[in-house]
Amino acid sequence: MADLVKFTIDGREIETAPGTLVIEAAKKNGIEIPSFCYYEGLTLQAACRMCLVEVEKMPKMQVACTLPVGPGMVVRTDTEQVRKARKSTLEFLLTNHPLDCPVCDKGGECELQDMVFRYGAGESRFTENKLHVDEQQWSPVVFYDGPRCILCFRCVRACEEGMGVAALGVINRGAMSLIAPNRGDHLECDECGQCIDICPVGALTSGAYRYQTRPWEMEHVGTICTHCSDGCKTTLGVRGDEIMRGNNRDRSGVNGEFLCAKGRYAYDFYNHAERIQTPMVRVGGKLEPVSWSKALELVARKFGEIRSRSGEFGVIGSNHTTNEENFYLQKFARNGLNTNNIDHHRTGDVVTLIDALSGTSGQLATTQDLYDKKAFLIIGTDLAMEHPFLSYQIRASFRHHAAHLYTITADKVREEDYAVRTIRRNAGDELGALEDLRANLAAEAELVIIFGDSVKGDAVRKLVEFGQSLGNAVKYCALVDYSNSRGAVDMGLTPELLPGYHPSGASGPSVKEMLASQTLEALWVVGANPLKSGPMASKKTFVVVQDMFLTETAQRADVVLPAASAYEKNGTVTNVCGEVQRLTRAVSAIGVKTDLEIIGLIAKEMGLAALVGPWVPDTVYGEIRKTVKGYNIPLAMLAVQAQQTAPVNGRVPVNSRPELIQSAHDGLFTSGTLGRYSKILHSVMESRESRSQQEEMAHS
Amino acid sequence: MLYNQPDPLEVKVLSRRFTLPNSQSIETYLANDGYKALEKALGLTQEQIIDEVKASGLRGRGGAGFPTGLKWSFVPRQSPKPKYIMVNADESEPGTCKDRLLIEYDPHQLIEGVIIAGLAVGAQQGYVYIRGEYRYLIDVMDRAIDEAYAKGILGDNVMGRGVKFHLATHSGAGAYECGEESALLESFEGKRGNPRIRPPFPAVAGCYQSPTILNNVETFCAVPPIFLHGGAYFAGLGTPKNGGTRLFCLSGHINKPGVYELPMGFNLMRMIKEVGGGMRGGKKLKAVIPGGSSCPVLKADECDIAMDFDSVAAAKSMLGSGGVVVMDEDTCMVNAALRIMKFYAHESCGWCIPCREGTTWLKKLLTRFHEGMGQRSDIVLIGDLSKNMLGRTFCPLGDAAAMPTIAFVEKFQDEFEAHLDGRPCPFEKSSRLVAV
Repeated sequence: MADLVKFTIDGREIETAPGTLVIEAAKKNGIEIPSFCYYEGLTLQAACRMCLVEVEKMPKMQVACTLPVGPGMVVRTDTEQVRKARKSTLEFLLTNHPLDCPVCDKGGECELQDMVFRYGAGESRFTENKLHVDEQQWSPVVFYDGPRCILCFRCVRACEEGMGVAALGVINRGAMSLIAPNRGDHLECDECGQCIDICPVGALTSGAYRYQTRPWEMEHVGTICTHCSDGCKTTLGVRGDEIMRGNNRDRSGVNGEFLCAKGRYAYDFYNHAERIQTPMVRVGGKLEPVSWSKALELVARKFGEIRSRSGEFGVIGSNHTTNEENFYLQKFARNGLNTNNIDHHRTGDVVTLIDALSGTSGQLATTQDLYDKKAFLIIGTDLAMEHPFLSYQIRASFRHHAAHLYTITADKVREEDYAVRTIRRNAGDELGALEDLRANLAAEAELVIIFGDSVKGDAVRKLVEFGQSLGNAVKYCALVDYSNSRGAVDMGLTPELLPGYHPSGASGPSVKEMLASQTLEALWVVGANPLKSGPMASKKTFVVVQDMFLTETAQRADVVLPAASAYEKNGTVTNVCGEVQRLTRAVSAIGVKTDLEIIGLIAKEMGLAALVGPWVPDTVYGEIRKTVKGYNIPLAMLAVQAQQTAPVNGRVPVNSRPELIQSAHDGLFTSGTLGRYSKILHSVMESRESRSQQEEMAHS
Repeated sequence: MLYNQPDPLEVKVLSRRFTLPNSQSIETYLANDGYKALEKALGLTQEQIIDEVKASGLRGRGGAGFPTGLKWSFVPRQSPKPKYIMVNADESEPGTCKDRLLIEYDPHQLIEGVIIAGLAVGAQQGYVYIRGEYRYLIDVMDRAIDEAYAKGILGDNVMGRGVKFHLATHSGAGAYECGEESALLESFEGKRGNPRIRPPFPAVAGCYQSPTILNNVETFCAVPPIFLHGGAYFAGLGTPKNGGTRLFCLSGHINKPGVYELPMGFNLMRMIKEVGGGMRGGKKLKAVIPGGSSCPVLKADECDIAMDFDSVAAAKSMLGSGGVVVMDEDTCMVNAALRIMKFYAHESCGWCIPCREGTTWLKKLLTRFHEGMGQRSDIVLIGDLSKNMLGRTFCPLGDAAAMPTIAFVEKFQDEFEAHLDGRPCPFEKSSRLVAV
């Protein structure tokens, strides 16, 4: 490492790495240099002129955001001249600002307010007319109030650089300059809402949040998004028992401040009008509401009968429920119901990957690796649509580290925009293109290979063989679909594997086989909707469903038990990279119970409570720590940050049944059952459809 | 159309072919020393070319007056990237109208200068960025470029000497800001014409982030005479450190407005009285803007100065782009300040806060003030706001708006005070906008 540079700031001598910007060096040493346009990770603008500082031997004040420290440099941030400059910049900024703070969403957490409070003048000398333009709605979720805009261009950069979408630009000149959407009067983009988040003032506001609350009325609960498997931390703004918004401004969690449309808005299924809030039992062919005790009693009785005559059970687990719930479910199924017939919707071949990597360590990529590493091979996935955060990480690595990308996909993907090489192959044929890339990939010092569900079974072994033959440091990531898809495998929600990838030594039916079975006496579905794709073969099977909504599966049920959503419970989930993180309850819904509690109550009702232990998440997690390899991480550590689990470092001698692996390939605005009940995701999709219909009509 | 008849006091070096019949054509050019300087330069090394330009004392004619030879020497010798020559023909400084004549009447002189610049740094491609409003000049330039290609002067084998140089025109789209070199490059690359963070300067990272020589039209046009007659000859035309002649654009309340080529250091009062034919209608001189609208105004008694970069700077103004705007005793200085501020408010690109908000605020304030709705505190405010912009904006446009305003307020405080108390503009009747 190059020698540190010594410089002086406000009389303090400081050493820092060469090339460090004065504004950053100051921040690291507890000296605030105010700025609007400077934003860590985005390109430099030097546009807002708030960060002017005095530098000895320089004739005029310098912008601290583009000035690298130099040896012997003497910087002053707190002189009369600097204070005056800050004040005057703010005075200029406020000339055309509407000062509608009393009704502005940003009031209370507005950077402009804070700056004026600290550095500005309460009094303005501006007595002319202010410029005004009307507010615009650019999409169901994005509103733009031009007069409030201070033109820091953060949104433009977040969209272009961060997202690779470039849906925002600047129109007009001078004081008439405005931010404008890519389709003239509306946006066509990922609707990620990063522009709203990054806006220092109330110029960009969220259709889901605007005029609903004041920031200080909310409590902020950090939990994990329950949609895709990337495992983004989302901080929910909660007022009473209502979630007002989702964002991650504190940059905690693996995702920093990143959130996609789902993470930011699609918590809203939780208070959908069709949410089930009372247990239901089929009476005379119809589902009728009953009390919890009646419903539980019926389930326990039926399950007890079937158990006592060793009848055939089928248990289907979820991709969204917590590790604790999954662990508890399989434990009760295996030890309580004495069945190995447990499965879930499998979305990626993690099992074969772990087996193929046996004997090695540290070869499963973390989400941080996707930013740190300098080369990526992306196979069979449209990452920007299906795993927005992973895509964001890789894009950031490209921007900051000039990372090399290689893609092998069936269709055009966003990663191609900056890939070194792009190869088009149909799903399932991708690996045929590997040799073509060998020379490129072998020349990379380090590589992360990310693959979708088209690479499974022996193809995974072939891919790992190829990767290990390159002679460089390779890490892998097998993509899975949902917030706890990875945890479901880790916790043994398959017949062939117990928690921690220990072979069960027994076989059992898959989800498909359970649905096709004529001999199944009871089917217990916890947070899944297997009947979406078709009816059950058997009419006689006693079906118990735990869910939030009356899904196709719940409609066939004999007993429906209303379950809590991820935002209504505590526990842990494991993301696509095997990083375990904590869910924290944000709200509670009347009438529902967490899946963990429901399972426990069924066990209790059957007199088997002692077998499964208390249905307390932390207690169950304690058992997971002892039982599941790689999960021996204290909860206190998880409270601070995500921890990657290190699964078995040995063979997993089972057939991963690749024929069962099938990703749903959910895009930006879909997310299985949860997506179907999100009002915001619907409004976004509807607005797109109606626009494209209008455009079609205009052209015909 | 030429604005004026040549004046006997002129020293015609760059403009000497303007009055020749068919002066635009390559035949006329070749018959009058055309491309002889290039011939010479082709026999020189890169160092020799740059040294000759340094010896000429040529300073950038766009306004800043940076020594041209020094600027060229900043281009890195060894660059893995191609190098470019960029001609700034985005002439938009109010009061300035010389580049259009240089292109309209002698486009080949520009081409020759650009090729020599290419030789100086090893560039093989040049571009002429012409302001959008000069559409007809693009045709002139394109025709000249075609002629030069046809004669083998441009192309893969410049004058048969095995050197490559290509040239093309590019149209601006109507923004003053794009005359600022980095904004010009952004605009040229097809982006919004916002200025870039500097450093790096264009010599290191300019066009397509490659080393680029970027100079004004007049600067490039001065290059052929330098090689034809030698750097020392050119330097001898002007004053120390201010080599050569300058095309001064005389406008305003004088009898003979026009573009005159005069030696650097020519006295401003003589320029007005003798070259410009004196004040129109025998009026008294009140003030002069010596180098385009961004330069602080000089009062009549400050005008007995030599017109070179250093002397005008010593008078606390700037030689700028050579746009000399002369204003007589009937001109309202508040209105002049307002007129200039309207221009800058209209042309501010909106990138940085002090310029964007400051120019608009001042425009509104000056408008109100000129209408007689001003207060005494506004006079202080006008100066204060200008000072709050000065030196704090992203690019020189903010300074260009602030500097003249500060000067107007300081030097003509009495006229500002005469507008107070709801009184109508004392110059109302005779007040006609100065030709800025």
